[in-house]
Amino acid sequence: MPCNYVNDRLHGYLDNELDAAGAADFERHLQTCARCSRALETERAWREELSTAQLYERAPARLRDALRQVGKMERSPSAETVNWKWLAIAAAFLLVATSGLLTWNRWRSRDGAPALAVAAVDAHLRSLQPGHLADVESSDQHTVKPWFDGRIDFAPKVADFSSAGFRLLGGRLDVLNGRTVAALVFNRRKHIINVFIAQPGSIPMPSGLGSSQGYRWLAWESGGLDYIAVTDAGAADLENLRTLLAQE
Amino acid sequence: MLESQEKERFELCVLPHLDAAFNLARWLLRDRRDAEDVAQDAVLRAYRFFNTFRAGDARAWLLQIVRNCCYDWLQKNRPAELQDELQEEVLASKELSPEDLALAHQNRDRLANALQSLPPHFREFLVLRELEGCSYKEIAAITSRPLGSIMSGLARARQQLREALMAEGQPRKEVRRAL
Repeated sequence: MPCNYVNDRLHGYLDNELDAAGAADFERHLQTCARCSRALETERAWREELSTAQLYERAPARLRDALRQVGKMERSPSAETVNWKWLAIAAAFLLVATSGLLTWNRWRSRDGAPALAVAAVDAHLRSLQPGHLADVESSDQHTVKPWFDGRIDFAPKVADFSSAGFRLLGGRLDVLNGRTVAALVFNRRKHIINVFIAQPGSIPMPSGLGSSQGYRWLAWESGGLDYIAVTDAGAADLENLRTLLAQE
Repeated sequence: MLESQEKERFELCVLPHLDAAFNLARWLLRDRRDAEDVAQDAVLRAYRFFNTFRAGDARAWLLQIVRNCCYDWLQKNRPAELQDELQEEVLASKELSPEDLALAHQNRDRLANALQSLPPHFREFLVLRELEGCSYKEIAAITSRPLGSIMSGLARARQQLREALMAEGQPRKEVRRAL
């Protein structure tokens, strides 16, 4: 019997991209369709192969260095015609002059002004500086979890999700809004994810998903603790990590 | 002073996604050296048009520019690669068992070769989804495709990748049978 689910829906389900009703619908279908169950299993195995093959290639240091001084490079002669360039500069200047300061000030607190999200992104950026990522470096939850004992007055849940592609790199203490919070560090396809955990009510947590300064954040409440995760990876990764942490 | 603030904002928003930019260019162009040039060009272009970026997903915004730069570059330097996909045939859907999978015994090189053998318009689905972890919405934005077409596009791209790997895996299968 032909199954019209198998080709597309299955991929939406695999990628967590179906809405709740669609996913429930598909799960019902899975129970009666052995072919789809098999196909889903196979897709998951393939995806696992892909994600463990380390195909991601990072930018060479040379490129990074060249672009760090992007402003300087901009002024060097280029293939663009002079007219075009002057026009662009004039247009940019006009835009910046009219909206510059205003935009800049709003920039720091856009998306409904979740100041805490901005603070979390800043903390994420700080953590990426050499030597700042983890106070306790380990992918063993039995090493990381006890480390927090006595350092903060709550016990965060700690777990490694390497099998799901989120490797625990360690933990550290961080400060958000003047409050000490626990930070768990995960590696997802070479992207770093910081998960900040705080006691509820100690800091004004935003909720849901957003982005700030080019980074994604996702905040939620679970098991009596507040969480906010920050990364340069995709929103889907944050959602997946939230699900994994909630199951723990 | 305003200009330096703009620069700072650019560095905060866009430069963190340099790896993503390079990775996409590397897989679309299939060459690290070319990818370096095109990624650099794309970032400079992004800087020039940074005033058109308001807020939101800086990664998707940058990757959209990188993708356009890559296709422009391919059009200019290797147009044949882009024409290939006009004649892409509809691949018959074939079910593959976990045993086939084990047989294929992929490693990085085999996966990389298979990925590179796909037409760029399919390759990019896999790079954005499996390597970069983009959501369907982001993929739609980056590739300028309707959101509704992403699911089926990914389904086909995954199917094609498997076919490519299976084609490579064929000799192995025979060896195993002979034993």
